[in-house]
Amino acid sequence: MDTAIRATGLGKRYGEHHALRGVDLEVAAGTVLGLLGPNGAGKTTTVRLLATLLEPDQGRAEVAGFDVVRQQRQVRRRIGLAGQYAAVDGLLTGRENLELLGRLLHLGRKGARARAAELLTRFELEGAAEKPAQTYSGGMRRRLDLAAALIGRPEVLFLDEPTTGLDPASRLVLWEMVREQVAQGVTVLLTTQYLEEADFLADRILVIDTGQVIAEGTPDELKRKVGEEWLEVGVSTDAALPQALAVLAPVAAAQPEVDRTGRRITVQLADGIGTIAAAAVALESAGVPVTDFALRRPSLDDVFFHLTGRGTQVGRAPEEGAQPLAQGPEGEAERDEKAEKAAPGEKAGRTENGEKAEREPVAAATARTGDEQ
Amino acid sequence: MSDIGASAGLGTALGDTAALIGRHLRHLRRTPEKIIAITLTPVTMVVVLGYLFASVVTVAGSGEYHDYVMAGVFAQVGLTCVGVAALGVATDLRTGLIDRFRSLPMGRSAVLVSHTAADLLTAAAATFAVTLAGLGVGWRIHKDAGSAVLGFVLVLAFAYVMLWLGALVGMLMRNAEAINGISALFLVVLSFLSNSFMPLSGLPAWLRAVAEWNPVSLVAAACRELWGNAPTVAGSSLPDRHPVLLAVIVVAALLAVLVPVNLRVYRTAVTR
Ligand SMILES: Nc1ncnc2c1ncn2[C@@H]1O[C@H](COP(=O)(O)OP(=O)(O)OP(=O)(O)O)[C@@H](O)[C@H]1O
Ligand SMILES: [Mg+2]
Repeated sequence: MDTAIRATGLGKRYGEHHALRGVDLEVAAGTVLGLLGPNGAGKTTTVRLLATLLEPDQGRAEVAGFDVVRQQRQVRRRIGLAGQYAAVDGLLTGRENLELLGRLLHLGRKGARARAAELLTRFELEGAAEKPAQTYSGGMRRRLDLAAALIGRPEVLFLDEPTTGLDPASRLVLWEMVREQVAQGVTVLLTTQYLEEADFLADRILVIDTGQVIAEGTPDELKRKVGEEWLEVGVSTDAALPQALAVLAPVAAAQPEVDRTGRRITVQLADGIGTIAAAAVALESAGVPVTDFALRRPSLDDVFFHLTGRGTQVGRAPEEGAQPLAQGPEGEAERDEKAEKAAPGEKAGRTENGEKAEREPVAAATARTGDEQ
Repeated sequence: MSDIGASAGLGTALGDTAALIGRHLRHLRRTPEKIIAITLTPVTMVVVLGYLFASVVTVAGSGEYHDYVMAGVFAQVGLTCVGVAALGVATDLRTGLIDRFRSLPMGRSAVLVSHTAADLLTAAAATFAVTLAGLGVGWRIHKDAGSAVLGFVLVLAFAYVMLWLGALVGMLMRNAEAINGISALFLVVLSFLSNSFMPLSGLPAWLRAVAEWNPVSLVAAACRELWGNAPTVAGSSLPDRHPVLLAVIVVAALLAVLVPVNLRVYRTAVTR
């Protein structure tokens, strides 16, 4: 079997609201598809349709070779699902949660016990194994939830925003877990709002917005869509901005973009790499007080912005930054999750916040560079 | 890969149900306050009705008021079950657990069957407590052991039906406040529009007909009959003449309707 997940023309309506309008997707066995999209794009709906929890109004889908509507039981026997919010029984301990699922997957009492113990170890939950899950931290719940999804050794794994609310270390652990599964031949469909996560884990990426696919490709292909590398120059005073602009104008391919609050100029270079030296020399000899001088490749954030005209609500993934893990997302995501719970209906408002957040990390990066000097 | 086929065998279904009942028993052990909450109200009722009201209320043709009212209190226990099951199912839906269960290759009956079975245990505990309280205030069964037991079976069967009704309510209304509101309303309407606390003779004819056919009235009347607590002056309507038979038929019919409807709704139950 080559294709583990195949969907054609998948559509789903909630009343008058079209949550999905004709989504096609295909995931080769043993690969990872990253489903990327802003709030309300239809990511969760897609996952729920493929995991047999919802029935589509239009189109059809096959998972592990079985139809998600007509052959639900065969599909369910082969999938693992970790939903957007950790689904664990708070009154049961971590171990009891896993053993219960093992029994429901017909591993037998002994088999369930062994599998639970194994997964508790793998997910570093042994210490809390005998505590009720309602006493777990958000990250622990997440890990327990993922362990629960893996109990039946699924062929196809659905992960709906698996790392939302995790700290960078837990996120790395989780990424490794996912990679391990893939190495064992498991097919993964993962939704995320973290572009760096999709970049890191996914073989292919599908960007959806308002229920439609708006782009598809490998992370590199998508980045190429946005264009070439560009130069970012930060200066230390407001007065230096026009000065720097004047110096950079001759090497720019297009009108440079200026971020006044961040004191930052973004220039598409006329002649690619070759002009970097010229730009550096020109700035130096004009005596411009430069705080930051970096070549930037487009990140998936830029792709996303380019495609949807909006940012995500999380920070830009620092492609070339000093910190390999995004500094912003955790706190941001946690707050967002809470906001979501408090006001589930207000998705539109959050997009606006997202646009604001879009520029913040850039300013933060400048400040950091300044500190270092 | 071994494929057991499209329909799970009965053995598997029972195994699933047993595993899930184990889960609910753990819940009960860890939240004993749930049993206490369910038990406390009817026990208080017995005390209030048996002691305080007994001196002021007399039911025509009946000896002591507590002999009359106990069957009504047992029916209350059944009505309380609606809210209990509804909250349990709604919580599982809200926390996404039902999603998880539905993504497993289980039969669709196991989740609801185990919910209602475990809650029936709670109802049985409450029934036991009410029995003790009733005996304490002087209530007595005046018939043989066989019909006494039959009366208790009927009480629990009614509670079981109410649990399935509650499960349905829980799946349709996931909000805890809404569920609390609706089950309180349900409790008040069904118990006051019944013969639980007063004979229906004072009601206008049309309202009396409605109240007589209220399952709560049927179950209470049947229990009075089975326990020898019935007033000696009986009416001539059909429910008055055959309370036990009618109660059994109505309870069975309700169960026969509610279970398939529940399973149908469960199939497409969604988290939000
Ligand atoms: N049960 C439901 N009833 C009504 N509308 C719904 C329901 N579930 C989802 N929707 C709507 O369908 C659209 C897609 O929702 P979905 O949950 O799939 O988005 P998402 O991409 O997962 O978003 P998020 O990033 O916020 O999780 C949204 O506009 C949402 O409001
Ligand atoms: Mg979602």
